[in-house]
Amino acid sequence: MTPRLQVRVTTEDFEPAVELSQLEALPGGAVASFTGLVRDDGGLEALHLEQYPGMTQRQLEAVVAQAADRWPLLGITVIHRHGTLPVGARIVFVGTSSSHRVAALESCAFLIDWLKVSAPFWKRAIRADGTGEWVEAHHADDARAAAWRPD
Amino acid sequence: MAALRILYFAWVRERIGLDEQEIAPPAPDVTVAALLDRLAAESAGHAAAFAERGRLRAALDQRFVPLDTPIGEAQELAIFPPVTGG
Repeated sequence: MTPRLQVRVTTEDFEPAVELSQLEALPGGAVASFTGLVRDDGGLEALHLEQYPGMTQRQLEAVVAQAADRWPLLGITVIHRHGTLPVGARIVFVGTSSSHRVAALESCAFLIDWLKVSAPFWKRAIRADGTGEWVEAHHADDARAAAWRPD
Repeated sequence: MAALRILYFAWVRERIGLDEQEIAPPAPDVTVAALLDRLAAESAGHAAAFAERGRLRAALDQRFVPLDTPIGEAQELAIFPPVTGG
């Protein structure tokens, strides 16, 4: 069966329950998911997410295709928002469906680690006092993504 | 020959003060880094944006490449900081 692969790059919010129910409707038996939110790190008002239109969709589709090659999956949903998102807002959703719990869990973790380092989004912090700065990339994120490379 | 479209994102875009610019296509063997050397002379903003090469990443025709990659026949070059999505 060809897996159901969905990638959405959008300014719109999404409803994790709706996305999960679509993955649960597949005949898999195992659904894993991750939802990323704007974290309140003290004084943060919002994050502004800038993207590289066109390349974003392409990169997310490439990572999704890699996961579909590597694990026996029935479905993958990846949603990534851009624009200005207040504290508590949803930023990203990754959901996977499989007949096997390990495949669902591992592919979900792989997808979130890889989209973090390969999807062209940049976050700018917006603070209540009017200051703000671009969020720096973490070396730890590169290491996490690299750790998925097969030996 | 088609122009080379150069796109800037995040603080690179802010320092330069431009989303994008078009230039006459360089010779195919010119690398991204060599082109940045040339563009750095265009304005103080360009110079500031390109000062720390270790903090810059590049994509040619929407594919990540190291800065020492020749531009070849690419039509779109993007320069930006390391990505921070997710």
